[in-house]
Amino acid sequence: MAYRLGIDVGGTNTDAVILDENNRVLAQTKTHTTEDIGSGIATAIQQVFADTEIAKEDVTIAMLGTTQCTNAIVERKKLISVGVLRVAAPATHSIPPFTDWDPELVAAIRPQTAIVSGGHEYDGRLIATVDEDKVRTVLEQWRGKVDAVAIVGAFSALNADQEEQVRAVVAQVYGKDFPVSLSSAIGSLGLIERENATVLNSALFAVIEKVTSGFANSLRDVGVTNASLFLCQNDGTLMALDYAQKYPIFTIGSGPTNSIRGAAFLSELKDAIVLDIGGTTSDLGVLVNGFPRESSIAVNVGGVKTNFRMPDINSIGIGGGTVVHQHDDGTFTVGPDSVGYRITEKALVFGGDVLTLTDVAVRLGKANLGDPEKVAHVDLDLAQKVEQQVKQMLEDAIDSMKTQAGDVDLVLVGGGAIVAPATLNGVKQIHQDQLGAVANAIGATIAQVGGEYEKMYSYDAVDREDALADATEAAKQQALKAGARAETVKLVEMTETAIAYAPGNTTRVKAKVVGEIELDTLG
Amino acid sequence: MRNLTKENIENIATGASFMGAGGGGNPYIGKLMVLAALEQGGQPITLLDVTEVDPDALYIPVACMGAPSVMMEKFPCGDEFQKVIRALEKHLGKQVKGTFPIEAGGVNSMIPLVLAAQTGLPVVDCDSMGRAFPELQMTTLHLAGVRCAPMVVADEKGNLSVLETVTDKWAELLARDMTVEMGATACVAQYASTGQQLQDGAIHGIVTKCEQIGAIVHDHKLGTQEKRQAIVEVTGGYHLFDGKVVDVIQKVVGGFNRGTIVLEGLNASTGQTMEISYQNENLVAHIDGQLVISVPDLICFADVDSLVPITTEEVKYGKRMTVFGLPSDDKWRTEAGVDLVGPRYFGFDFDFVTVEELLHERGAK
Repeated sequence: MAYRLGIDVGGTNTDAVILDENNRVLAQTKTHTTEDIGSGIATAIQQVFADTEIAKEDVTIAMLGTTQCTNAIVERKKLISVGVLRVAAPATHSIPPFTDWDPELVAAIRPQTAIVSGGHEYDGRLIATVDEDKVRTVLEQWRGKVDAVAIVGAFSALNADQEEQVRAVVAQVYGKDFPVSLSSAIGSLGLIERENATVLNSALFAVIEKVTSGFANSLRDVGVTNASLFLCQNDGTLMALDYAQKYPIFTIGSGPTNSIRGAAFLSELKDAIVLDIGGTTSDLGVLVNGFPRESSIAVNVGGVKTNFRMPDINSIGIGGGTVVHQHDDGTFTVGPDSVGYRITEKALVFGGDVLTLTDVAVRLGKANLGDPEKVAHVDLDLAQKVEQQVKQMLEDAIDSMKTQAGDVDLVLVGGGAIVAPATLNGVKQIHQDQLGAVANAIGATIAQVGGEYEKMYSYDAVDREDALADATEAAKQQALKAGARAETVKLVEMTETAIAYAPGNTTRVKAKVVGEIELDTLG
Repeated sequence: MRNLTKENIENIATGASFMGAGGGGNPYIGKLMVLAALEQGGQPITLLDVTEVDPDALYIPVACMGAPSVMMEKFPCGDEFQKVIRALEKHLGKQVKGTFPIEAGGVNSMIPLVLAAQTGLPVVDCDSMGRAFPELQMTTLHLAGVRCAPMVVADEKGNLSVLETVTDKWAELLARDMTVEMGATACVAQYASTGQQLQDGAIHGIVTKCEQIGAIVHDHKLGTQEKRQAIVEVTGGYHLFDGKVVDVIQKVVGGFNRGTIVLEGLNASTGQTMEISYQNENLVAHIDGQLVISVPDLICFADVDSLVPITTEEVKYGKRMTVFGLPSDDKWRTEAGVDLVGPRYFGFDFDFVTVEELLHERGAK
């Protein structure tokens, strides 16, 4: 028998689950996330095996969802020095790299920057050719000052040849193993946002190295010695460790994604809205054809505007620990503050003195937690009004995630799910599962391997069918590189966007594929 | 006369997004250009009141022309703005004393500030649209008899052209063609004006108005209702509608984004439906089939809670918006103004009636 071990490291909890080949959940555990991450992972692994007869050697695949890359950016820690080569001159000098960044983050990255000749026009013509000698001169000047390079070409989403050309020069000068990120592999249209994402990706190379080696070591130390290891990406797919080392930024946002995927698995739905109620916030995501919907707007990461793919998540201040403020005039407000992980000492039902949404749920008889006697004095009318307001806030949030009118299926997961009302307007049915509290770890464990590709085609020059086939094949190659089994790879998403103002019927085509993990890679 | 701080610039950019009436391109790239020019040892940016200009001196607006979506990927080298100004100075044989935005709405609100930071030229607190419009001849300076040409068009590669044209519409046509060849974005200088012409023909105080709107939106101490009221007061406009987007019908026609947005009423508008037609900018709005506002008056969107401005590109199903109606400047509400940018120019089969009158009629029913 072969088993899968999935671990999700969140801000508060580290969860672990074991699934068998038929995706049955055999064991699950929840422990506190530790400062060093690694010891929390080790504890979770020990605990999850303690409940089962499963031999650790029989685990053949292990996957990790982690927030360490996000934390490194937010805390400005462990980032390496990045040299930014923007290939776009004479255009774009008016906004140098790092304009309007937080100076602290710039200081942490200790950047070198150069804008060298090159780049494409919107219609595929060249702005300029690449001056390789100039690139070499720049790299010589940077020698010893940069740990990684980020290469960003104007309209590289249209044509990445020049970025590849500059990468080859970097390999000649610094050696072929020198870490490099190409913007065309990371973000979409919008040079500044894509450049920012590419810089962050390069700055995270040391962090991801530590995560991957730490994960491998933790597993080996506890006796999981036969497993192939994967990291979770923010689109609900996995990357093999060597691939993850090149694209650390794709781990950012994988937490909510895993919850959405886990919710999909538990509910057996492919299209639904997922509501994950935690201690402090409710995160809403949208499940489209089994995967989370991507955000279409620029996303801030640690105060930096980026445009790499991120799950479309709407967070509102409703959680189990959310505080209900009562005012002198008899009115009240719900949140947005929360007692967070201190709920077991602060909430009324646990002997504290703060009225939380958990207390309201207990007062209304919806949950049996702590000591219900301790909320008996809470005015029933107030409790009902609070619940009415929570209902309204959740309904508004759900509605804002819809792309069309009509009722939707809702999957309710997370540790704070008890505060949700029994019915919600705009919702066909609320789906819940007793494993909902570890939906994120389940999401990590069931993840598949994916690949995606984006390019602009002129439908006047290329037949539409050929363009779609070309994009699909390129996405497939990405999936194979990431560790997918060729015969299982299938297309899950194809988007075509007509580009306004551009002649030649220019259309941006984006293909996304997924497949099962290649068994040959298994130990 | 006063110097603009970084905070002032952030506020102007936000207000410019609002005053774009849904179009004009997101001012984000423009704002970054201003901040970069200042970071690179730029000079303080001075804002002049129109009353402070020299009536005989020369003032020239600089702008970017082309597709804002292309500019998100390929933006200027940065020296084009000085080049177009110097070329026009040379052509006219007269030195320029200041600059101003050709349109206060959208990304072009920011371009004169870049030039100001680079050269120390003051920015005059006026523009020639009071909003954003898609074509070069759609200016109040045109109405006042100022000529668009001689006009200079330049790209980042060093190509530069001086245009002499017989009409302002010809300037639009020829410059538009060059812009496409230059990669769908170009830097332009046109409508060379005397201080006197600005006092007579430009829309005054518009930069400050944008700044005031931005300051209201960014003021964390104000509640939603207070912000809404403050915006109405600053703009002399109307709070037309609160609604949720229930449909967006969109198509690209001849390089322009055309479409219809349908809102289902919220709050005081519950039970009503608003439909807005747009072509890059918002053009016409109906509530339950009844016309409430049309171009050249402004239809401006903002988030229903935060009041952060929303452009038509950002509108999608489920978005909750507050819709404001702003009277356009009186210069647009003339026969010539309405001929140039009224509903009939944009293909609607009715005459322009002011938003005040339309709301009065609606109230009377």
